[in-house]
Amino acid sequence: MAAPLGSDRTAVFCPGRPLMSDHDTDETLEDLPLDKLALDDWHRARGARMVPFAGYEMPIQYEGIVAEHNWTRQSAGLFDVSHMGQLLLSGPGLDTAVEAVLPIDLSTLKPGAQRYSLLLDEEGGVLDDLMVSRLADGSLYLVVNGATKWDDIGTLREALPDDITLNHLDEQALLALQGPKAADALARHVPEAAALTFMKFGRFTLDGHPVQIARAGYTGEDGFEISLPADAAAEIADLLCAEPEVKPIGLGARDSLRLEAGLPLYGHDMTPETSPVEAGLIFGINKRRRTQGGFPGADRIIREIADGTQRRWAGLKIEGRLPAREGAEVFSGSEKIGTVTSGGFSPTLGAPIAMAYVASGHAATGTQLEVEVRGKRLAATVSPTPFVPHRYYRGS
Amino acid sequence: MRYFTDEHEWIDVDGDVATVGITDYAQGQLGDIVFVELPAVGTKVEKGKDAAVVESVKAASDVYAPIDGEVTETNGALEEDPALVNTAPEGEGWFFRITIANAGQLEGLMDEAAYKDFVASL
Repeated sequence: MAAPLGSDRTAVFCPGRPLMSDHDTDETLEDLPLDKLALDDWHRARGARMVPFAGYEMPIQYEGIVAEHNWTRQSAGLFDVSHMGQLLLSGPGLDTAVEAVLPIDLSTLKPGAQRYSLLLDEEGGVLDDLMVSRLADGSLYLVVNGATKWDDIGTLREALPDDITLNHLDEQALLALQGPKAADALARHVPEAAALTFMKFGRFTLDGHPVQIARAGYTGEDGFEISLPADAAAEIADLLCAEPEVKPIGLGARDSLRLEAGLPLYGHDMTPETSPVEAGLIFGINKRRRTQGGFPGADRIIREIADGTQRRWAGLKIEGRLPAREGAEVFSGSEKIGTVTSGGFSPTLGAPIAMAYVASGHAATGTQLEVEVRGKRLAATVSPTPFVPHRYYRGS
Repeated sequence: MRYFTDEHEWIDVDGDVATVGITDYAQGQLGDIVFVELPAVGTKVEKGKDAAVVESVKAASDVYAPIDGEVTETNGALEEDPALVNTAPEGEGWFFRITIANAGQLEGLMDEAAYKDFVASL
């Protein structure tokens, strides 16, 4: 297989070095120099298979994608997501300046709370999706996608006034601890973190190091994202993986977990060619902003919210065992009505699942469609997402 | 006699029929296999050309025919249990059987010792 690797923007995590040949035709980033994660040696020592992703050499798997996937759903997995960009924004008039760039309502974002938002271009296309957190001193902490972080920094720097300071926290690593037993494992080291609820965060001490922990993630499970000094990452990763509930989990399972959770992947499920309304991400445009506008692409977004869109992002359950992957065409009878943007085999359901943009008239739950894979038509049914229920902790 | 290709297929020759599968190394690289698409009986395959497709959790990969021939039988067990390719790649997880159209093509393939060295060099 010609390893089509890439970034968050390209399609597939290839299992390894070229073997046979691959159907994927994504651009590769193989010619670009790759950065190493702070945990590079740590991953290799644990038997990780490393692949280029988002400009880094990253662990795609340790023992195997399905085993790691199931372990995360049943226990807890530790993911190294240090390729993502961690940014800090501060300065006078911060909220007004940021609201001119992001469709977020910062008047309702209290210290200790985190919210999903979108970086849009002037036409309302999606440049990135991101998390925005309010720190106690009023500044804002952002987590952006790895493959887009340099572009995002450029976009933000250009759009924000000069007296807003943008710090790239590139000496911070980011670990995600995800799964139903994540809270038990973490509480042995940071008892106060157990009190956090979904999309809340706090600053704590972990093994003597200052960390910022958010109760959030990208698997659909309860869990945490831990921002920590990169030079403490190996020590903390060891400490967490010494807990009997915790194993290291690679990018392969991260992708299959997020697909089951119906969570979009930037560069695949949303791009500059898709609007957040089509993508079903209206929750990323806060209510006040939907009426007041004043952010990039607002005209289109507000119009689409009122009038609807021609296509919508929808879940598909596919009959049989053959997965339909990104790029597969979706049909209603002989009419092509859509394209798969993410697809694969769901270990939890034991069946192929996919996400696709389909013409809005065919997006209702239960609609019978067909997906074409290598000339074969597979029966597919529009399915509600998440495919596997979310289990976020919202308080007892 | 069993031969190996540098594309990580094996071919086991018994008289004028050969059985084809992928190697243990290949299945290890592919990871969990969820579907195998086999050629129809009667298909004429050509050395080095697509003959089957394996789908792992993450990607679809072509499997090439090690030699020219016509498919005489396929492994129906893979339909029910594609994971046989992971658990028994060089046995029960075989893919298909073909006639040997040109026995001379076998000469360019590796034997087990040579394949082992080849994998060690990767």
